[in-house]
Amino acid sequence: RMPAPIRLRELIRTIRTARTQAEEREMIQKECAAIRSSFREEDNTYRCRNVAKLLYMHMLGYPAHFGQLECLKLIASQKFTDKRIGYLGAMLLLDERQDVHLLMTNCIKNDLNHSTQYVQGLALCTLGCMGSAEMCRDLAGEVEKLLKTSNSYLRKKAALCAVHVIRKVPELMEMFLPATKNLLSEKNHGVLHTSVVLITEMCERSPDMLTHFRKLVPQLVRILKNLIMSGYSPEHDVSGISDPFLQVRILRLLRILGKGDDDSSEAMNDILAQVATNTETSKNVGNAILYETVLTIMDIKSESGLRVLAINILGRFLLNNDKNIRYVALTSLLKTVQTDHNAVQRHRSTIVDCLKDLDVRAMELSFALVNGNNIRGMMKELLYFLDSCDPEFKADCASGVFLAAEKFAPSKRWHIDTIMRVLTTAGSYVRDDCVPNLIQLITNSSEMHAYTVQRLYKALLDDISQQPLVQVSSWCMGEYGDLLLSGQCEEEEPIQVSEDEVLDVLEGVLISNLSSPVTRGYALTAIMKLSTRFSSVNRIKRVVSIYGSSIDVELQQRAVEYNALFKKYDHMRAALLERMPVMEKTAANGPTEIVQTNGEAEPSVLDVKHVPSAPQPSVQANDLLDLLSGNDMVPVIPTTVPTKPASAGGELLDLLGDLSLTVSISQPPFLLDGISSQPLFNDAAAGIPPMTAYNKNGLKIDFTFERSNSNPNVAVITIHASNSTEADMTDFVFQAAVPKTFQLQLLSPSSNVVPALNKGTITQVVKVLNPQKQQLRMRIKLTYNHRGSSVQDLAEVNNFPTQSWQ
Amino acid sequence: MIKFLLMVNKQGQIRLSKYYEHIDLAKRASLEVDVIKGCLSRKKEECSFVEYKDYKLVYRQYASLFVMVGVSENENELAVYELVHNFVEVLDKYFSRVIMFNLEKVHVILDEMILNGHIVETNKSRILAPLLVLDKMAES
Repeated sequence: RMPAPIRLRELIRTIRTARTQAEEREMIQKECAAIRSSFREEDNTYRCRNVAKLLYMHMLGYPAHFGQLECLKLIASQKFTDKRIGYLGAMLLLDERQDVHLLMTNCIKNDLNHSTQYVQGLALCTLGCMGSAEMCRDLAGEVEKLLKTSNSYLRKKAALCAVHVIRKVPELMEMFLPATKNLLSEKNHGVLHTSVVLITEMCERSPDMLTHFRKLVPQLVRILKNLIMSGYSPEHDVSGISDPFLQVRILRLLRILGKGDDDSSEAMNDILAQVATNTETSKNVGNAILYETVLTIMDIKSESGLRVLAINILGRFLLNNDKNIRYVALTSLLKTVQTDHNAVQRHRSTIVDCLKDLDVRAMELSFALVNGNNIRGMMKELLYFLDSCDPEFKADCASGVFLAAEKFAPSKRWHIDTIMRVLTTAGSYVRDDCVPNLIQLITNSSEMHAYTVQRLYKALLDDISQQPLVQVSSWCMGEYGDLLLSGQCEEEEPIQVSEDEVLDVLEGVLISNLSSPVTRGYALTAIMKLSTRFSSVNRIKRVVSIYGSSIDVELQQRAVEYNALFKKYDHMRAALLERMPVMEKTAANGPTEIVQTNGEAEPSVLDVKHVPSAPQPSVQANDLLDLLSGNDMVPVIPTTVPTKPASAGGELLDLLGDLSLTVSISQPPFLLDGISSQPLFNDAAAGIPPMTAYNKNGLKIDFTFERSNSNPNVAVITIHASNSTEADMTDFVFQAAVPKTFQLQLLSPSSNVVPALNKGTITQVVKVLNPQKQQLRMRIKLTYNHRGSSVQDLAEVNNFPTQSWQ
Repeated sequence: MIKFLLMVNKQGQIRLSKYYEHIDLAKRASLEVDVIKGCLSRKKEECSFVEYKDYKLVYRQYASLFVMVGVSENENELAVYELVHNFVEVLDKYFSRVIMFNLEKVHVILDEMILNGHIVETNKSRILAPLLVLDKMAES
């Protein structure tokens, strides 16, 4: 006969002595073998402790499935000690994916009616944790009965079990409604707490329930008031506050009930003010309650005095020594800074102090609070942050600095200096797409050109490793190198520099291992431009001809073209390399036809000097060409493009060149439906399920479908763009392309801002004509500005439901 | 709601794990590695809240033991922080020293406090009542 199996605590002690993973595994395997043979002997006495050990081994990550049936045997036993472990085992080892769990249903049913409340409690707990939909359906009646019992120990558990039942089988929610009627009149805090959770769950699931439960607001207010006003109660006291957990839970329910409803919000105004002013703030408990109160005040329709009170609480939180509290305050302030901007502004200096903690939330908040009045002071702090913060945030910070500087710079000199500062100290973290923006800014500050190029030249002398800096500097030197020589600088002491010195620097960039291919392109072009500004043309010709055989194809092409410019087209050279005109910012994404896809901000030589005339269509064309990089896709121009004369179409066809495509500018008759403001959609639509077409970086785009009333071959898709990040997405543009056999029409979007934190969506209607009933595919392109930088993404949408195109 | 609770020692070995939302065993292992690494590597100046995937992690250290709780994004972090303390105080009251040899008893306590990811009881005596009954039964 085998010796008695060891207890769990002995096993734990033994395992802890293992010095290596291998040793531990060996011990576990030995014990597993012992447990298995013990199970085979069908020994009732030790089954309990064996399963307990198995649960421990499972926690450590070892397989324990052979214990599942044993758990069931324990549950069926009459002994409480057995049942306790059995049910625990069921909760830890089983889930509804295993058929075994269904065998529990009968046991649970019996135990729900057991004479001992602790057994009933076990059954409720287990059912509430892992009951499957069928089990919940079978046993919902028992749970409902227990919800009405006077035994508070059972009532509180039944409430949470009901929450689980409702989650699994939402249709059963109605049956629990009567039982909720007097749940809140309970004295027992456990019951109160779980009842509030149950009511919250019901409100979140059903707008009807929400309306129904609004009438509980006065009662909830009263309970909360009693908690605050009542004296010390040993039963529920936590650091001098009476049942803070219940207070928090009630506040959360009030938030849900008051949201969007004037009457409810008004009914809770007083109590919220009372909690906000009377709660003790010296300990974390009190602050937890205040935090929840603030969240509630901000979400419901509170009067402005209350909102200011809430923001002031957050402001005080920022001064708290406890970093947890500062964290919570910063996160909340970020959410409210758009809506309650002025109130948050009052706490600006505290927020700026938090920058010293190098918290990225403080940075985001600071950017949100920058304006024309405080820009100088704020920028000092933000630049300090940029220097010291974690590298992963530097790109965002740099972009934010550029954006803020652009909006609020007090002077052009200050602006250039700030840009310089960022480029020289955090240059390698600056995003690639900032470079064209910066170049555009520099061209627009014509009186600062000499100063700018001088400073950039000096920066390059020090350091050519930071690519964005080198790119901007090279470009400026190419453009304004003549100013560098002439020593015209007014803002600071002009430096003496010779043509050769300038060319040395640029050639150094070309040769250096540190320079990226894009940077080399900038340098080469800059050198070329200097051929019309400097007199050392021969040196430049030499450099250019060397790179005619460069391995880098891009560099080679440029060098060859520039060579050709010297040899065959010398008469055009002066005109082509002339000083750049001031660039107009026509589209929100920055300079338009000037920007090529390789990021360089100048037209290639073959594009004869363009005065920005028809910027919109060419942006579209460039974008569309991107979209077309796949096969057999047809670009479509959204109907919101401002109507240009017929030549617009002509330009487009030129740009598209050889590609044999149909570019639809006129509106095909079938799509004229869209003009009328009558709802076109068959509301009792063929029930086409919606789908998520895109979900990345916080941007989610859902498609919902309807059939057009007038033409069954037309599927009408509404796109819904939502944004779960904490910053708005602005200048949002949605474009689409479909295969050749389809036709597509985009109507105007509802707006071009996707608000943060899912506070709203952009909708846009897309109509697809599919006469050949082919499988619908789409390629979409999204562009928007987010946190100060522009974002662009392409995606394929292939998961259209079959009903949408059949 | 609370999604999971872990108790870990300074070397990152798991002393207790409880999940209130089903997670595949394979994913569970990598979740544990991520969460434990994420919390143990935090410096003293950093706060007790960490964002991880679509959870918020709240962690607290008690001598050589770390308690880590993963909650849904709409939870009040400060309240969860208090709840962890409440839990440890209950353990302390019963065990007088939290060593975690009686793992099954800790589960009993936890189940009396949290059911299906929500608080069910915070009064320490009420939480410990069933366990005391069990102890009496085991003795007899």
